Amino acid sequence: MNDTVINLVGVTKSFVRGVNAVDDVTLSVARGETLGIVGESGSGKSTLLRMILRLMRPSAGAITLDGRDVWAAHGRDLKGVRRNMQAIFQDPASSFNPRQSIGKILAAPLEVHDIGDRASRTKLIGETLERVGLPATTVSRYPHQLSGGQRQRVAIARAVIMRPAVVLADEPTSALDVSVQAQVLKLFREIKAELGLTSVFVSHNLAVIRQVSDRVAVMRHGKLIEIGTAERVFSAPESDYTKALIDAVPDPFRRFRAPVELESGS
Amino acid sequence: MMAATAGFDFHRWRLVLLGGLLVGIVLFAAIFAPWVAPYSPFDLDVTKMLQGPSAAHWLGTDELGRDVLSRAIYAARVSMQVALLAVTVGLVGGTLIGMTAAYFGGLVEQALMRAVDLLFSFPAILLAVVLMASLGTSVLNAMIAIGIVFIPGFSRLARASTQAVLRQQYIEAARSIGMSDVRIIFREILPNIMAPLIVEAAVAFAYAVLLESALSFLGLGAQPPDPSWGNMLSTGRGFMAQAPWLSIVPGMAMFICVLGFNLLGDGLRDVTDPHMRE
Repeated sequence: MNDTVINLVGVTKSFVRGVNAVDDVTLSVARGETLGIVGESGSGKSTLLRMILRLMRPSAGAITLDGRDVWAAHGRDLKGVRRNMQAIFQDPASSFNPRQSIGKILAAPLEVHDIGDRASRTKLIGETLERVGLPATTVSRYPHQLSGGQRQRVAIARAVIMRPAVVLADEPTSALDVSVQAQVLKLFREIKAELGLTSVFVSHNLAVIRQVSDRVAVMRHGKLIEIGTAERVFSAPESDYTKALIDAVPDPFRRFRAPVELESGS
Repeated sequence: MMAATAGFDFHRWRLVLLGGLLVGIVLFAAIFAPWVAPYSPFDLDVTKMLQGPSAAHWLGTDELGRDVLSRAIYAARVSMQVALLAVTVGLVGGTLIGMTAAYFGGLVEQALMRAVDLLFSFPAILLAVVLMASLGTSVLNAMIAIGIVFIPGFSRLARASTQAVLRQQYIEAARSIGMSDVRIIFREILPNIMAPLIVEAAVAFAYAVLLESALSFLGLGAQPPDPSWGNMLSTGRGFMAQAPWLSIVPGMAMFICVLGFNLLGDGLRDVTDPHMRE
């Protein structure tokens, strides 16, 4: 059962000498599992994701995908790495080129990796849109004509259209309304299960992390504070920081559990 | 402001329309010169030298008896050709340099932008004259020289616009798809920086007309007997007292043309600026 897909060893990123945005992080993600990375802003969780995505070079350490060093890959190897690892970004407003129609946006990964011909691409785009719950007519629309939730559905479509092994998501729902968040999360989990994806899901929102993750990693000040199964981390956190994080989540039932002090407070 | 959503907002577009009208007149004259001009610009008539405006020659005749109106109309051709090619050279060259510098950053950016600064440090006329002196005098070389003068302005604008676009997430998205640098530059960045560049091109067009006239005035552009507003002014200077129309006509033509392109550029900037973020 030791089928590791993503492996990080001693990954460090320093922007300024002496200050590490990500500090000596070692972790691995097994095939088919979702690792949730949680932490406050500035904890280095997004930086870590960008290093895995090969968007930002680590100062030290090694990152491998299916045994291949992500940063040492070039040429065909690099194309393979890129194809197998796709991303969903945080900001639905700026993650699409405003001058391109949704059809063109979804065709881009297929064109870059020479998958299929024009007809089969059009067919695949239609099917993928349908799968993420958008009408086929969406292909001719432009990003600004869609709502935030619809755009994140397109983002999911763009990430899975090449059938990658891994999807990395950076706060994909934090810019959305709570009701829309739930729908997009549901879609994400369904598609992940369908395609047997391995994923890393970054969020500052504990409730979201709890919903999607098999295992959870907690980060603070660039360091990995603790890592374990979601159940274990949420029910029996090891570190004080994790406990504080969990305690800070607003709990609508707390007043019925804890001694009520403000009887008539509204 | 409130009712502007429905229908055409005249107030908003008024500068563009006025500029477009003036530019349209000049372009029409330039393109259809053989049909618009009443005479050939080269026909000499020594019996009618330096005649004032009349029914036969609306804007008078020059020192060789040629029709001034016809020469001014044909001169528009030269000006438009030079300006068009010069702006194209500046726009294409400057945009490529600016995008490359901003995209790759580091040493590439330093080298490119310092080279551009070097070009920028020369006064435009001096730079154009020096380039003409080394390239030789011809209309084609005038186009190239003026185009090179424009490269720094377009480079800086393209670089700044590219830097703004690079901060957008769709650039990271394109990279993580595995898109090549060249493809990212032309497919993701270029379409998103075109609006300010087109505005700049309209303003540069006006400036190109002036620069071409200056070079021709100095004898470095269009060579006589080919008419150009600059060399018409140059000959008119010698007859300022007897035949002021020789200077006034090309001067007015330049004025209309430059005003038209400036209004068009300013208008386009006003229209595109607040509109960019809907």
